[in-house]
Amino acid sequence: MPEYAKFTEDMIKTHTILVPDMLPIHFKLLVAIFEAEGYKMELLRNDSRAVVDEGLKNVHNDACYPALLVIGQFMDALNSGKYDPDKTALLITQTGGGCRASNYIHLLRKAVDKNYPQVPVVSLNFSGLEKDSAFRISPKNFIKLLHAVLYGDLLMTCYNKCRAYEVNKGESKKMLAKWENRLGNIFRKGSNMYLKTKKIYRDILNDFGSIELSGEKKIKVGIVGEIYVKYSPLANNHLEDFLISEGCEPVVPSLMEFVMYCAAGTFNDAKIYDNNTKMSLAYKAGYKLLYAKQKELIKVMKEQGSFEPLHDFEHLRHLADKYINQGVVMGEGWLIPAEMAALAQSGVDNIICTQPFGCLPNHIVAKGMSRAIKQDNPNANIVAIDYDPGATRVNQENRIKLMLANARMEQ
Amino acid sequence: MANKYSLGIDVGSTTVKTVITDEGGNIIYSKYQRHLSKVKETVTDQLNMIRGEYPGESFTVCITGSAGLGLANSAGIPFVQEVHAAFLAVKKKQPDADAVIELGGEDAKIIFLTGGVEQRMNGSCAGGTGAFIDQMATLLGITADELDELSLHAQKVYPIASRCGVFAKSDIQPLLNQGARREDIAASIFQAVVDQTVSGLAQGRTIEGKVLFLGGPLFFLKGLRKAFVKTLGLDSAHAVFPDEAPVFVAYGCAVYAASSGDCYGIDEMIDKITNAKASDDIVTGEPLFRSQTEYDEFIDRHKQFDLGYADIRTYEGDAYLGIDAGSTTTKLVLITDDGRILYHHYSSNQGQPLDKIADQVKKIYEVMNPGVTIKGSAVTGYGEDLIKACLSIDHGIVETVAHFKAAAYFCPDVDFIIDIGGQDIKCFRIKNHSIDSIMLNEACSSGCGSFIQTFAMALGYDIAEFSQLGLFAQHPVDLGSRCTVFMNSSVKQAQKDGATVEDISAGLSSSIIKNAIYKVIRAKSPDELGKNIVVQGGTFLNDAVLRSFEKELGRNVIRPAISGLMGAFGCALYAKERADGQPSKLISAADLEGFSYTSRSANCGGCTAHCQLNIISFGKGRRFISGNRCEKGSGSPVKNKIPNLYEYKYDSILNTVKTHQPRKYRGVVGLPLALSFYEQLPFWHMLFTSLGFRVITSDESSRGMYYLGQHTIPSDTVCYPAKLTHGHIENLLDKGADFIFYPCMSYNLDEGGSDNHFNCPVVAYYPELLLANNPRLNNENFIHPYLDLNIRKNVIRVIGEALKKYNIKGRIPAAVDAAYEALERYHADVANKAKDIISQARAENRKIIVLAGRPYHIDKEINHGIHKLITSLGMAVITEDSVAHLARTPNLGVLNQWTYHSRLYRAAEYVTTQPDMQLIQLVSFGCGIDAVTGDEVRAILESKGKLYTQLKIDEINNLGAARIRLRSLVAAIEK
Repeated sequence: MPEYAKFTEDMIKTHTILVPDMLPIHFKLLVAIFEAEGYKMELLRNDSRAVVDEGLKNVHNDACYPALLVIGQFMDALNSGKYDPDKTALLITQTGGGCRASNYIHLLRKAVDKNYPQVPVVSLNFSGLEKDSAFRISPKNFIKLLHAVLYGDLLMTCYNKCRAYEVNKGESKKMLAKWENRLGNIFRKGSNMYLKTKKIYRDILNDFGSIELSGEKKIKVGIVGEIYVKYSPLANNHLEDFLISEGCEPVVPSLMEFVMYCAAGTFNDAKIYDNNTKMSLAYKAGYKLLYAKQKELIKVMKEQGSFEPLHDFEHLRHLADKYINQGVVMGEGWLIPAEMAALAQSGVDNIICTQPFGCLPNHIVAKGMSRAIKQDNPNANIVAIDYDPGATRVNQENRIKLMLANARMEQ
Repeated sequence: MANKYSLGIDVGSTTVKTVITDEGGNIIYSKYQRHLSKVKETVTDQLNMIRGEYPGESFTVCITGSAGLGLANSAGIPFVQEVHAAFLAVKKKQPDADAVIELGGEDAKIIFLTGGVEQRMNGSCAGGTGAFIDQMATLLGITADELDELSLHAQKVYPIASRCGVFAKSDIQPLLNQGARREDIAASIFQAVVDQTVSGLAQGRTIEGKVLFLGGPLFFLKGLRKAFVKTLGLDSAHAVFPDEAPVFVAYGCAVYAASSGDCYGIDEMIDKITNAKASDDIVTGEPLFRSQTEYDEFIDRHKQFDLGYADIRTYEGDAYLGIDAGSTTTKLVLITDDGRILYHHYSSNQGQPLDKIADQVKKIYEVMNPGVTIKGSAVTGYGEDLIKACLSIDHGIVETVAHFKAAAYFCPDVDFIIDIGGQDIKCFRIKNHSIDSIMLNEACSSGCGSFIQTFAMALGYDIAEFSQLGLFAQHPVDLGSRCTVFMNSSVKQAQKDGATVEDISAGLSSSIIKNAIYKVIRAKSPDELGKNIVVQGGTFLNDAVLRSFEKELGRNVIRPAISGLMGAFGCALYAKERADGQPSKLISAADLEGFSYTSRSANCGGCTAHCQLNIISFGKGRRFISGNRCEKGSGSPVKNKIPNLYEYKYDSILNTVKTHQPRKYRGVVGLPLALSFYEQLPFWHMLFTSLGFRVITSDESSRGMYYLGQHTIPSDTVCYPAKLTHGHIENLLDKGADFIFYPCMSYNLDEGGSDNHFNCPVVAYYPELLLANNPRLNNENFIHPYLDLNIRKNVIRVIGEALKKYNIKGRIPAAVDAAYEALERYHADVANKAKDIISQARAENRKIIVLAGRPYHIDKEINHGIHKLITSLGMAVITEDSVAHLARTPNLGVLNQWTYHSRLYRAAEYVTTQPDMQLIQLVSFGCGIDAVTGDEVRAILESKGKLYTQLKIDEINNLGAARIRLRSLVAAIEK
C-alpha cells in the first residue's frame, strides 16, 4: 500500500491547512486557536455543485454523504487553482469507533493521492490516532478547543433564537459577527482572556438579549442527527435558513453534547464490559472536567434568563436510559434518542432527524427509536430526512412542510 | 372581505387539478389534466378556462402539490402542503373515515385519522406510485389502462420487490423472459404497490376501519383497487372510493384557500404565474455540439466503423445466425462468411422474447435465398436458455464473451468495452486479448436506456425525437448521477427551475454517462479506461449519449454502426468460429410453422428452497424449465455432488440445536436464527444447555418469514439480513420460548491482525431496535444484555445478572468455558471441512471459489442459492472464515476495524497465493461498510493478478445478473 505524504514540522510554516465547512461558527474559533500556534489555516466556503461532483468522482458510490462532501469540498478547492498543492495540507476530524466515519481520513487520502500526492492530510482527533504527524494538540490547546466549543455553542444558540424573532433584520447576524471577531481575536493573540468564561458568557447573553425581538409565537423545530449533516449548511441544504424562512425557530442541540458523548462512551464501555484501563480512567477524569464546564455555562444561561439553556448532559444520559442502552456508541449512538426526548420534553415537539442516506447507526438510533419516543411524547412530531447527492431539495422541503402543517394544526 | 369563490390548484408530478368551491363549500367546478411537465402552461390553460366560465370573478386561491411548491414560491401565491390539504378535504367530505391512502404520480401518502392523527408520505427512495406503474406498463409495452385490464384476469401473483422501480424491474424482467403470463405479472405489479404502501408507509400501524382511497391511480385502476381491498381485508362499506377522488386534494386546497388564501382575479394570477421567476440555482453544462458542422464531423467520424451488407435475397453461400435476447430488446444478425450483414433486427421484446425471435427466424426463412445454408447459430442474453432450448440454437454463450468477440472485430487492440443497454451497463477491461475485469451496474444505479425511454414518453416524445432535441441544447442541466428515482426528482426540480426539454434531454444523456463512468466503472480519471475504447449497446445509438461520453472522457471512441447489435454480431462470429461444416441445428422452417408453446408455473419440491419454476412446454412434448438454482429442478438427474462449504456450514448451524439438549430443563430459551447467531449459535447453545435450559431457534428463513415481521421494520433501507430478523422474532414469539436471548455486542471476537474488532452498527445493536419496534417484546421476554465475548469475566457477570432469577450463578463459569470450547470446535470443524473440500476439488481438478461474505450469508434466503449456482458451473465453494486464518493481514489503505470484515482481507490475501482459487465477494445491499471493504478487497486481489467479482444481493430473488458474472468469471479463468 502506498505511503502517503506526511505533515512534517517545517510544513507548519510553509503550508496552509484547509478546514472543511462543518460547523461554521465553531470552526472559525478553531482556526484562530491554531493560528496562534503558528499554523496557517483557512476555512473552506466553496459549496457549488462541483463539490458534490468531485465527491462522486472520488468516493465510493455507497460511502456516506458526509465523506463524499468533505472530500468533494477539498478536491474542488485544490482544483480551483487558489491553493498551491505544494504548500497545502488538509484537516479532517477523526473520531474512531465502529462507524464508517472513522475511515474518512483513509478515503480522503486515497482520493488525494490520485491527484495531489504531495498534499498531506492532517487528523484532528483526541484518541491518539496518527501519532507520526507534526500536527499535534497540546494540553493547552485542548483546553482552548474545549472553550471554543462552549463559546461556539452559546453563539449558535443565541443566534438561532434571535434571528427567528429579530425585529430589525440582520441585527443578529451583525451581533454574531461581532462576537466571532472578538473571540477570534482573543484566541488568535494567544491571550488567556478566554478563561474568563463567566464574564464572556454574560456579555454574549446580554448582547444578544438586547436585540429587539417580536413577541410572536413561532413553531420550534429541533434538529438532531448525524453530526456533519446536522450542522453543515452545505450538507443539509441550509436547513436552518429554510426553517427561518418558514417562520420557525430552529433549535439545534450543542456540539458540547457530542463531545461529552464521545468522552462518556469510553469509560461507560469500560464499565459495561468490565474492562477498566488507564485510558478509560483518564477519560472519566476528562469527562468530569467537561461536565463542570458545561454546568457552568448552563448556570450562567439560567441566571441571565433570555435563552433556553443547553441540555444538562447527565440529564441526557438519564433520558437515554428510558429508550436505549448507553452502550450504543457507534455514530451518534444513544445521543440521538436522548436529544429527541430532551427536545420533546422542553416543548420542542417538532424534530427533524437529519441523516445521510443509508447511515448504518441511524437505522437503530434514529428511525429505530422514533416509535418509542412518540409513545412517551404523543405530541412529538419526528421526521427523518435523508441527505444524499441525488436527493433534491424540493423533496426534502416538502416533507418538512408536511411536518410543519401537522405542527400548525396542533397549535 | 370573504370572497364568493375559492380556488384550489393542485400541481402534482404528472397532473394539474383545479377545483372551485362556492360560499357553501360545494364543488362547482373541477378539472383534471396531465401536464406533461409543462407546468406553467397547463396551469395557465386551466386558469383561462376558468375565466371563460366565470368572467370577471376573483377567487381566494391557494396552490398545493409536489410540483406546486416551487411555483407557489416563485409566483408569490400561498401554498398548502398536499397531505395537509387532503386531510382538510377528508374532514369536510368524509368525517367518519379512519384512514386515507393516496397515491399520486410520484408520492404515496397515508393519513391516520382516528387514534392519533398522523400524516405520512413516502421517503425519497420509494417507487410504489403512479410513475412506478407507468414505468412497469412501458416495460410491458402497454398503457396503464391495458395493464389494469390484464390484471383482472390474473391467476396467480408473483413476489415482486416493491421498494423501488428499479428493483421491481429486475424481478419482472426474468419472469417475462421465462414466459410468465402477462396477466399474472400485471396483478403482481399492483400487489407490489399495495405491499409497499402497507409496509413502507404504515410502518407498524394497522390500516383498519373505514379507509378512503384517493389519487389518480386508485381512481382509474380497478385492479389496483381490488388488490388494496383484498390485502387490507375491507368490505365495501369500509373501502371508499369517492367520485371526486382525482380532484380531492385540489378540493382540500380550496377549503384551505377559503380560510387562508389570498384573493386575486384570474388575470392577476396568470400574470403572477407567467412572470414567476425561476430560481437561479440550476446548474448547467456546456452544449454537446456548438454547430451543425461540429455535429456533421462527429457523424462522419463514426460512419467509418460500419459493416458491409449483402442482399439476403441474392446471396448464396454459408451464413451464421447470432441472437441477443436482451432484457428489454431482441437483436438478431445473420452474417455471411466474410462478415457482411444479410439480415438484422432490433426491437423491443415487449415482454415476449420467444415470440419475437421465432417471428424473426420465420422471416429470415421467408426472404432467404434458397442457396443460403445456415451453418451455425448462437444465442446470448437473459433469454439465452429459453431461446436455445425452444429454437434449438447450436450454442449459448455468455454476454460478455459475445460483446468482446464483436468489439475485437472492429478494433483488435480494444482495451475497454462499455455497453449500455436497456437495463444494464456492462463494462469490461481487456488485457492480453482476454477479459480481465467486468463491471456491471447493480440493481440500484441503473440509469440506463429504458430510463431515457420512459422519460421521453412521460414528456410526450418518442425516444429518437427526444434525444435529438438534446444535441444542440444551449444549457444542458446537471441532473446528478444516481438511481432512477432520484433522477426523476432532479428532473422535476430542473423543470420547475425553468429548464427546457432540450436542456433536460442533454442533461439526461450526460447523467447516464456519469453514472457509468463514476458509479459502475468507478474510474477516478477518464484515462483509467484505456486507449482503445469501443462503445456499444442500443443506448449509444443515441448521438447525445455518445457525444456526452466522448466529452466526459476527452477522447474519441469507436462506435460501430451496429452498436445496438453487437451482442448478436458477436454470437454470429462465435457460431462461425465453432462451425464444423454441418448445417446448424436451428429449428427448421417447417417446425417453426407449427411452433407454439404454453407456459405454467410450479414450485420445485427438490429441497426446502422451493424455487419457483416456470415450465414452458413446446414442440413434441419437450419442456424448458427455468427458475431453478440447482440441477434438481431442471428435471435432469443429479450429477456427482460438488463440495460446498456453504451448505455444510448451514446444516451444521441448523443441527446445533438438535443435539445436546437437557432432558429435564429449567426453562426454554429462544435464539433467533439471524445475523450474528449464524456464527455464535454453538456458543449460546452450549452455554444455555449447560445451564439446564432447552434451546430452540426460530425456523429457517424464507420470504414468508420476512413478511411475518415486515410490519415492525422501522427503516426500509436497512440490509435484508437485518430485516429478516424481525420475522425470526415473531416466529420465536409464536413458538413459545420462556424468553428470547439476543445480546448486544459492540465488539466481536478479536481474531488478531486488525486495528480493532467491532461488529457493524446493525449487527451490534439490532436488539435495541427490535425491542423498540415490536410491541410484543418487553424486558421480560426479551433479554438483550451488553457483553464482550473477549472478556470472560464480563460474560460471566452479565449472564449471571441476566439469569438472576434462576439462581444458578455458581454454574455459570463452567458453562461459559464449555461455550467457548464449543465455538472453538465449530471454527476448527469449518476449517477442517474446508481442507477436505480443497483437496477433493484438487483431486477432481476443479476450480475453487472463496465465496466471501458474512456468517449470515449462509442463510439461503439471503444468498438466494448463489453457492449452488457456482457449484452448478463445476466449481467448489468455500467460505471466507474457513481460510482467513491461513494468511496474514496485508497492508491496507483503510482502518481495519470490524472482525467479520477483516476476514475478507485475509481471505483475499490467501486466495492470491493459491493458483486454482478465486474470490467472489457477496455484498448485501445497503451495507455501507462494504463500500469500504469492496474497494480494498479488489485492490488486494488485483495487485496479485486475481480477478475481483462482487455480487450484490437483496430481497430480489433474481440471479440473472449473478449468473452472467459467474459465467464470465469462468470464461475469464479458462483463458
